[in-house]
Amino acid sequence: MSLAFLLIAFLTVATAAVAMALRNLIRSALLLVASWAGIAAFYLWAGAEFVAFAQVLVYVGAISMVVLFAVLLTRPSRDEAEVTPASAGRLLPALITGGAVLGVLVGAIVGSPLRTTAKPPPPVTVREIGLQLMGPHAAALVVVGALLTVALLGAVVIAATSRPADPGEPR
Amino acid sequence: MSAPAANPLPLLERLPVALRDACTNWLPESWRWLANSLLSIVAVFVVFATLFALLTLAERKILGRVQNRPGPNRAPLPFLGLRTYGLAQPLADGIKMLTKEDIVPRGADRVLHFLAPVALLAFSIMTFAVIPYGRTLLPVELDAAVLYFFAAGAATELAIFMAGWASRNKYSLLAAMRALAQLISYELPLLLSVVAVVLEAGSLSTSVIVEKQGAWLFGILPQWHVFTPWGFAGFLIFFVAALAESNRSPFDLPEAESELIAGHLTEYSGFKYALFFMAEYFGMCALSGMGVTLFLGGWQAPFPALGFIPSYCWFAAKLLALLFVFMWIRATFPRLRIDQLTRLAWKFLVPLALVNLFTAAFWVLSAGWAGPLAFARWVVAGALVIGPFLALGRRLSAGLGPRSYRYA
Repeated sequence: MSLAFLLIAFLTVATAAVAMALRNLIRSALLLVASWAGIAAFYLWAGAEFVAFAQVLVYVGAISMVVLFAVLLTRPSRDEAEVTPASAGRLLPALITGGAVLGVLVGAIVGSPLRTTAKPPPPVTVREIGLQLMGPHAAALVVVGALLTVALLGAVVIAATSRPADPGEPR
Repeated sequence: MSAPAANPLPLLERLPVALRDACTNWLPESWRWLANSLLSIVAVFVVFATLFALLTLAERKILGRVQNRPGPNRAPLPFLGLRTYGLAQPLADGIKMLTKEDIVPRGADRVLHFLAPVALLAFSIMTFAVIPYGRTLLPVELDAAVLYFFAAGAATELAIFMAGWASRNKYSLLAAMRALAQLISYELPLLLSVVAVVLEAGSLSTSVIVEKQGAWLFGILPQWHVFTPWGFAGFLIFFVAALAESNRSPFDLPEAESELIAGHLTEYSGFKYALFFMAEYFGMCALSGMGVTLFLGGWQAPFPALGFIPSYCWFAAKLLALLFVFMWIRATFPRLRIDQLTRLAWKFLVPLALVNLFTAAFWVLSAGWAGPLAFARWVVAGALVIGPFLALGRRLSAGLGPRSYRYA
């Protein structure tokens, strides 16, 4: 446990916690992005360069935009970006759901055999990752790609409103 | 920045690294890397901040020249009173920006309003870290440098959104959404054109990509990527997308004064506005530097006989030439409409970039062809570039002939 790791972990958890505590949705979303960046910093600390940059590119660059657009487009006016606190009656289901998720995650972490060898792993180059993804794991990659494409097309179909083209419209 | 121990390079070539080593050699071994990194950061920042100051002047001078007017020529040098072609204009601008009142709207989100320009500038400076400025001048040697560059660049979108939302101004928010739509649309052709280079070089490291372009055809012609069919098309796609990514004319409509009263910058004044301005120029410089690295051979000399000129001079020359084209385009082309902008990205550039990826793949696969087959390789690759361009261009511009304006 180095100081850098503790600092990164603290920042990641703290931003996530503040994001949940805030009432302003936009600020929460931006703090969530900071939390994702913290996870990327953790990957970088662990030596996984490629995963770290991919995390920044995908989460900080793209997913954050989806979240922010979703918040902006689903709130009629910006004054409603503030969320009123939910009633105390919803506290119990929230705790149960959160506890269940936590239990599953902790169970998975504790249950997985972690080898604690002193020998450091060999450095992995981006080239090797690429060859692994294109060779043994090509099928998984293609399946994930197809899944995401289908999801994207579905979103477009749902969002698109067919409107007859206006002949007077400038092109 | 790593210099081999036995250095066969000429003096001028290793001068920057030698200077740095002379500054840090007295430090203990464990501290030297820190001092070296800090010196690199300071050097990059000083060079590009100076370049920014001179670019603002150069841009106004070039625009003035194109529009047949002198441009800024009044600001005298301090204490001397010499009006050296407005050379002191950046200084005057800087003092003006520093002393102007910093206005924050009453309803604004003060924290985010302050953070937006800071974040934008920070992320644009981060992109400078992986550009090889010379044979020995690479601030950070990363295995996934290209990925790092675009990851840092992607974070700037967030800053623009913060600026638009925190200003609590309808023009700001609308313009921020438009800017995001533009940035996201053009990121796709930008990245796709870069993937072709990565495919050819077989590496994401910028230094390897530059070194792969160092060979000579017939001993005199440079083997830069731009001199291949796919590289030429890729460079043009990259350049158009870079224009849009850096909010430059003719894609500067997020900041269009006439429609959006300067867009997400509406509620910014004083030094915060200057920071946005600086970030825009830094983004332009970084993307140009990346374009030079990926397509124009980086720090390589154009002819073997000119190899005696230090590599960083060649990089600087190519960078400045590319920046000049940015300004030239600004002076020449009118601004696009938002629908034309997105149509250009999604219907024209993205398909062409995808086809270009296939062309690059063909080029890599046919690398071993020799004799008449090498000629066939050029013909096929050229047809793969020109054919889709013509077909797509004709289809998209069908029915859009020259208009006649009767009451103009």
